[in-house]
Amino acid sequence: MSLEHFLNQAVSSWMSEEGPDSDIVLTTRIRLARNFEQYKFPTLFSHQEAQQVISEMEQLLQNSGLQKFGQMELLKIEDMQPLQKRVLVEKHLISPQLAEDSPYGAVLLTENEEISIMINEEDHIRIQCLFPGLQLTEALQAANEIDDWLESHIQYAFDEKYGYLTSCPTNVGTGIRASVMMHLPGLILTQQMNRIIPAINQLGLVVRGIYGEGSEALGNIFQISNQITLGKSEEDICRDLIGVVSQLISQERSAREALRKTSNIQLEDRVFRSLGVLTNSRIIESKEAARCLSDVRLGIDMGYIQNMSKSILNELMILTQPGFLQQYAGGQLRPHERDIRRAALIRERLKMEFNKL
Amino acid sequence: MICQECHQRPAAFHFTKIVNGEKTEVNLCEVCAQEKGEILMFNGQSGFDFNNLLAGLLKIDPTFQKPSQSPFQQEELLHCENCSMTFPQFLKLGRFGCSHCYDTFKDQLQPVLRRLHSGNWTHNGKIPKRIGGDLHLRKQLEELKEGLQKCISLEEFETAAKIRDEIRSIEKKLTSGYEGGK
Repeated sequence: MSLEHFLNQAVSSWMSEEGPDSDIVLTTRIRLARNFEQYKFPTLFSHQEAQQVISEMEQLLQNSGLQKFGQMELLKIEDMQPLQKRVLVEKHLISPQLAEDSPYGAVLLTENEEISIMINEEDHIRIQCLFPGLQLTEALQAANEIDDWLESHIQYAFDEKYGYLTSCPTNVGTGIRASVMMHLPGLILTQQMNRIIPAINQLGLVVRGIYGEGSEALGNIFQISNQITLGKSEEDICRDLIGVVSQLISQERSAREALRKTSNIQLEDRVFRSLGVLTNSRIIESKEAARCLSDVRLGIDMGYIQNMSKSILNELMILTQPGFLQQYAGGQLRPHERDIRRAALIRERLKMEFNKL
Repeated sequence: MICQECHQRPAAFHFTKIVNGEKTEVNLCEVCAQEKGEILMFNGQSGFDFNNLLAGLLKIDPTFQKPSQSPFQQEELLHCENCSMTFPQFLKLGRFGCSHCYDTFKDQLQPVLRRLHSGNWTHNGKIPKRIGGDLHLRKQLEELKEGLQKCISLEEFETAAKIRDEIRSIEKKLTSGYEGGK
């Protein structure tokens, strides 16, 4: 398979398109957790109930009302190859939990991959909207529209006092998880991040690495999301998150300016060394790749590197994950083979950029 | 055994990683294991997850109650009639079995929710249009009926008549809503 063809298939719109503040905010995500009233939660439900949930969703898929959100496809976990599942996890379209621990799981995906509805994960339904850049209000609106449409056909588990009932009490109430993925190399280089993270935690928000819980901040990418779901409205939750994110954006911008003033040549050197590594290496580990990609992206944003697509960080961070590399190779790879493949893929992708000139 | 990364601290984590049939043994100390977050990523959660924390939160509670109440015995007996989940089971899983559990365990739930959601324990967000629209009206109806009784007992018949008209219009809305829904 040629790289261009592979890219056309693999790159979702949120990876290649640019949104507001996309020099710092890579993506915005809204997730709503919902459950059917009449079935037991996936923690305890029977095989039969799980099938009923899926077949109810399949029936809704036939309904033309759902088409207005885009062409949708239903994929069942049991029908998927391990590699296919892993690729969807790496693209943030399904959770690791759905891929690994949900035997009756399924996912409804739109063609542009902006909307995904996970079925039978921890809750019966999890609506997810993934937008490029900082677009919390837009993503919330999109998720609400789908939610409203589903609610007109499904009897949700809802309680006057507790709101939307979820399997885990940490999600009860609004069932919302709003998260923003940010590239913060300036705050890392100026060593401010260690000070900032505890402050964010005190505001009821959580900071995580690119692949959620327990993952490290590869490539200076951080995910910031709300933790509290009960007692605040969806709008307030998003407003609080926007408040913190805007603060971080302005602090990151001033950190970059400070770096330009105090260590211009050192920064430029770092950026071009990393570009050199990416254009020339024959073996590269994911950690080193992530670090260099972050430097190159910073170089593009700060104008050191010109005529290169900004989306290169978003794209290559995802495409150099083990699942994608193996899909591109068309089969399974050993760890050291992956490092060779990764280096080759990055070199080829960069060549496409240089050929554009 | 010494950590294979730093060669200084003793290894506290021993992983066997099998990638495509190729077995690699990894022995790391706590510091290096954290840095190598990759290992934990796809093999599920780290050892200390939410369930442990939740169980911890809940188990603290009884110590603040009077011993004469023997809270453990009560909780042991309590189970959800719909899905037969018991409270100790919930503690273990950290998850409820069905929507009825929220009602079954409501007494135990409140302090937990307060702690999880910084003091909040009632929903203040979106209300579903279909179920919710009805909810609003029914709540309003109850209040009006109470008001009506009060007016009658106070012999304020003029206000009572107004309230009666309001009640009628809401009841009409409710019945037409049901028909429309079905």
